[in-house]
Amino acid sequence: MPSQGFLSRRRKAQLGRAVSYFMMLLLLMLIGVPVFWMVSGSLKTTQEIQAIPIKWLPTSLQWENFREAWNAAPFGRFYLNTIITTAFGSGLELLNATFTAYALAFLRFPRKTLVFVLILIALMIPDEVVVLPNYLTVAGIPFFGWNWINTYQGIIIPGASVAFGAFFLRQAFLGLPREVLDAARVDGCGHVRMLWDMVVPMARPSILTFGLISLVAKWNEYLWPLVVTNEDRMRTLTVGLTYLFDSEGNTEWGVVMAGTVFVLAPLIIIFIWAQRFIIEGITSGATKG
Amino acid sequence: MQQSGNLPRLNEEALIVEKPTRTVWQRLGREEVIFLLFVFPNLFLFAVFTFWPMARAFYLSGVRWDMISPTKRWVGLANYEYLFNNDAFRKTLVASLYYTVGTIGGTLILGLLAALLLNLPLRGRDGVRAAVFAPNLLSGAAISIIWVYMFDPRYGIIKEILGWFGASSPNWLRDPDWAMPAVIVVSIWRTLGFATVIYLAGLQAIPKDLYEAAKVDGAGAFWRFRSVTIPMLSPILFFLMVTSVLSSFQSFDIIRVMTQGGPVDSTSTLIWYIYEQGFIAMNAGRSAAATVILFLFLLVFTLFQVNYSERKVHYGS
Repeated sequence: MPSQGFLSRRRKAQLGRAVSYFMMLLLLMLIGVPVFWMVSGSLKTTQEIQAIPIKWLPTSLQWENFREAWNAAPFGRFYLNTIITTAFGSGLELLNATFTAYALAFLRFPRKTLVFVLILIALMIPDEVVVLPNYLTVAGIPFFGWNWINTYQGIIIPGASVAFGAFFLRQAFLGLPREVLDAARVDGCGHVRMLWDMVVPMARPSILTFGLISLVAKWNEYLWPLVVTNEDRMRTLTVGLTYLFDSEGNTEWGVVMAGTVFVLAPLIIIFIWAQRFIIEGITSGATKG
Repeated sequence: MQQSGNLPRLNEEALIVEKPTRTVWQRLGREEVIFLLFVFPNLFLFAVFTFWPMARAFYLSGVRWDMISPTKRWVGLANYEYLFNNDAFRKTLVASLYYTVGTIGGTLILGLLAALLLNLPLRGRDGVRAAVFAPNLLSGAAISIIWVYMFDPRYGIIKEILGWFGASSPNWLRDPDWAMPAVIVVSIWRTLGFATVIYLAGLQAIPKDLYEAAKVDGAGAFWRFRSVTIPMLSPILFFLMVTSVLSSFQSFDIIRVMTQGGPVDSTSTLIWYIYEQGFIAMNAGRSAAATVILFLFLLVFTLFQVNYSERKVHYGS
């Protein structure tokens, strides 16, 4: 299509670029507006929040909202609970994934296919599907004789096994230079030392990527902690926040938004610090199998 | 027993049989033992918290039980019969379909547009790519609360923006017709970046000479898109479709925070129904039966996905 209109080819290209940049700005705003609305809301007075027409920015920063949110719900305790369950939860996932991946990638075993298939089946059963029976197990109903409701182990242990991460790391381990590993074997390196001194350092980027994904997933976990806790002192941040919202939402938006900042701020910081890493990890996981 | 006359031979056999039972661990080589030790914790946890509860869900779907009384009554398929003759459950299936199709349609189309845009040589596109991806990592519960505030029909930001175009705001979350669209918007906002990033990876993997060849053949921009981009992206599209179906079937936090299944069950998706029947109505049997139905849906889609990645592995090697 030769361009014979009143716009020269150069003009057309310039216009195209301008439109593209405009669209990019629009996209950025679409993503940014909720975050902006949260931060601005968390710093407004109730009058400013209920002003019509709306106020985009608070006239004076209402830090009081954060104090009020911190007092309205035991956020200190929520932070502690979330840090404990996230650290142990993703730590155990990472260990399980690493050991399982090493076994699947490098060790000989007569029934290896069976193990592989078992983990594949586990991958097909999402946590949401087993919430009710797991709740019964953890609550000790009917015959286990233990009760893990309102305990850290109750929140952590049922989610400590890992299928996706095992496959993800297996793939990464299989991609390591075979000659180096074989040389170490010939030199009489045992499997435990092989794993810790050779494979883990060499596959560090993949392990870190999976670790970050797992960390974020545990931090955000909602349904399971909601189900296995019924006391304020054992709630995690996400669950505690929604209880604050249930009791104060639609009225005290400033306080609720301050609480939301408490939950999201650590995630946003981690993401800004490691975004390239996470995005590349997820992309390669999806496109390279 | 037939050879009971042949005593010496029997003795010999007894010796042979005795040896392996004594040394079953020795017969497994060191490597096999290490294999078992390495996979055992993971498999043990799967057995207790994945396989056993799955079996238990199947069993519970055949009982009537309030989760408190010590006895369960076996009712066979009555729970399934109830579900399929129940209007609320039919509404749940429709709501799940609405939610899934809405979320996936929006995510896949907008994600593709965003990816095409960010594939252009624009300054700052890496930063925008990161920003678009960020909502994926944010707590669904927390972002849902922000959106409830944005959707507020009195002083929410969305009412203001609609006002610029002369439109008035519906009472989003209290109106059975508007609650689901609102929920879908939040769902798209959260998952858009994942689709964008995956599309981008797919776009960058398309060999440039295909476009050159199409250009030589006289194909315009639109035709190059139709005949090169779309076919080359089709495996990516398939992957995204399957993973999006899986994640939208499991999406609980948005519904719990924004609508609790309401108003009048208009946003009661399958996962919400399971939660409500189990933990609010205390009806373990119906909850478990709905769980089994959800599981069968998910199984079909996961099999698609596994099949896809298997195929990809084969192509790769």
